[in-house]
Amino acid sequence: MKKLILMLNILIVLAACGGKNNKTTSGGESGEVKIDGSSTVYPLSEAVAEEFRNEAPDVRVTVGESGTGGGFKKFSRGEIDINDASRPISSEEVEAMKQSGIDFIELPVAYDGLAVVVNKENDFVDYLTVEELKKLWEPAAQGKIKTWNQVRASFPNQPINLYGAGTASGTYDYFTEAIVGKAKSSRGDYNASEDDNVLVKGVSSDKNALGYFGLAYYQNNADKLKLIPIDDKDDSNGKGPILPTIETVSNGTYQPLARPEFIYVNAKSADRPAVKSFVEFYLKNAGELAKEVGSVALPAEVYELALKKFQNKKTGTVFGSGQNTVGVNMADLLKAEK
Amino acid sequence: MNSSQINKIKNLGFKSFAIVCTFLGLVVLAVLLYVVFSQGLSRIDWDFITSLPSRRASSAGIYTALFGMVWILVLTVIIAFPIGMAAGIYLQEYGKKNWFTNFIEVNIANLAGVPSIIYGILGLELFGRVLGLGNSILTGALTLSLLILPIIIVSTREAIKAVPKSLREASYGLGATKWQTISNVVLPSAFGGIMTGLILAISRAIGETAPLIVIGALVYVPFVPEGPMDEFTVLTIQIFNWVTRPQAGFVTNAAAAIIILLMFTFMMNGIAVLIRSRYNKKTKF
Repeated sequence: MKKLILMLNILIVLAACGGKNNKTTSGGESGEVKIDGSSTVYPLSEAVAEEFRNEAPDVRVTVGESGTGGGFKKFSRGEIDINDASRPISSEEVEAMKQSGIDFIELPVAYDGLAVVVNKENDFVDYLTVEELKKLWEPAAQGKIKTWNQVRASFPNQPINLYGAGTASGTYDYFTEAIVGKAKSSRGDYNASEDDNVLVKGVSSDKNALGYFGLAYYQNNADKLKLIPIDDKDDSNGKGPILPTIETVSNGTYQPLARPEFIYVNAKSADRPAVKSFVEFYLKNAGELAKEVGSVALPAEVYELALKKFQNKKTGTVFGSGQNTVGVNMADLLKAEK
Repeated sequence: MNSSQINKIKNLGFKSFAIVCTFLGLVVLAVLLYVVFSQGLSRIDWDFITSLPSRRASSAGIYTALFGMVWILVLTVIIAFPIGMAAGIYLQEYGKKNWFTNFIEVNIANLAGVPSIIYGILGLELFGRVLGLGNSILTGALTLSLLILPIIIVSTREAIKAVPKSLREASYGLGATKWQTISNVVLPSAFGGIMTGLILAISRAIGETAPLIVIGALVYVPFVPEGPMDEFTVLTIQIFNWVTRPQAGFVTNAAAAIIILLMFTFMMNGIAVLIRSRYNKKTKF
């Protein structure tokens, strides 16, 4: 029993030490940058934070991944300095920011392309149009479109098995918005997963499969999958079916399955030197680092415009009144703002 | 075929069924270990343990996640152990058998069955927001303490229950008070059982990810926490993040981190077995 009491005493002393510790650490606010938000943007923010370690080793940069929506909730409570977002802020979220008196600076940092893929053994799909994808994925297709020849008459009469993002994923929101025309509107009878690696496995082992997921997951598994060019029937942004590559995503010809990724910076935090120099570092290096982590860099011009916007502390969103990001040109948007 | 032969066949049938069931779990464990070890073992080296998180799979490490986990565990033990043990002692030794203690008992059993993510939501609101502790180690530890309290209480009670009545009566017979009896006779005899329960509860806490993600534990933390109010990440969150990354190298990292986590759990369970056997030898009823 004595041993037990001794142990408890040690534990209590340890706990007391801890208590003292916290007073010393919670003080120096200036050296912290707190980032949270989308798991799609996470790898890029992580890479920037890692490189920033060499630039300013004393600044504590932390990154979480609560999802775009979860991150905006924390952002509106003033708990974080920067929110990673794979979609623009929604009008409800703008309202929440107004209510809690938080101003934000919206900055595009990269593109993310969605790849539509089929099994390596599939030799008949040469390209797909947005119209065909819509026919296949819209809610009305549920239980009805079950074979390849229903998508296009020249395809064989073979069953088609679908693989796509789970409903909690930002990829799901974006794909449905770009293809079906309405976010979160999709057929439900497909193999869904929030983990893109699971989808890669599914499509690569099922010869009747068709799936969609982030372009980076295709690039890392290119030997197991067949990438499908997409035709949006809009000749103003490139004629005919276009294959997603770094180049076609970046120059806006691979549409509509390319979306911009953003960071939202709390305007008050932006006054702190640590946050200011971190965001500037982010915009100067995101282009280079995006390639490494599998995102697609924005044109250099856009980073310059974004940097100017940040330095001028231009707050608010350019996506007012629920405008979506399908087919937008970031450079035009940023220029129009000035 | 007479009825005795039929019964023998039935017996044999059930016996083989039971053997298959026994080995089913072991086979699954063996497959898991094989997959994880074949993928991750070669990745484990000193650099992997002492490196900070990185975008390059080959230079990423688990240093801060490992320390975050140890911080969380130590704090969780400090918080949950005294409370859980005291509650167990009260319910078993002092609490009278009436509707109120019954009510408490039923609810502790209920708590043990609540999904861990619910504790996360509770922890986020109560500790993180109302008490203003944010997404700190302390919030995480308090949340996990709630999660394992029922386990500790139940195992403490079971351990105390196993102490024979004759020992208590002998102590009372010598004129000892209730507290003297508990502290000098009951607890030393039950200590092995209590510690076993505690360590098994900690093993459960190690594996938890969901409640920690809910309270806002981070993924990229490039520094070792220095106090209970610091932000943190833990091994399970790091693993969770790595398996969803596109680059194959991160999957190898995840496998390596899983091996480290498994070693931690096995070590804990080993200590529990050791303590139990030691105390069982020491106390003879």
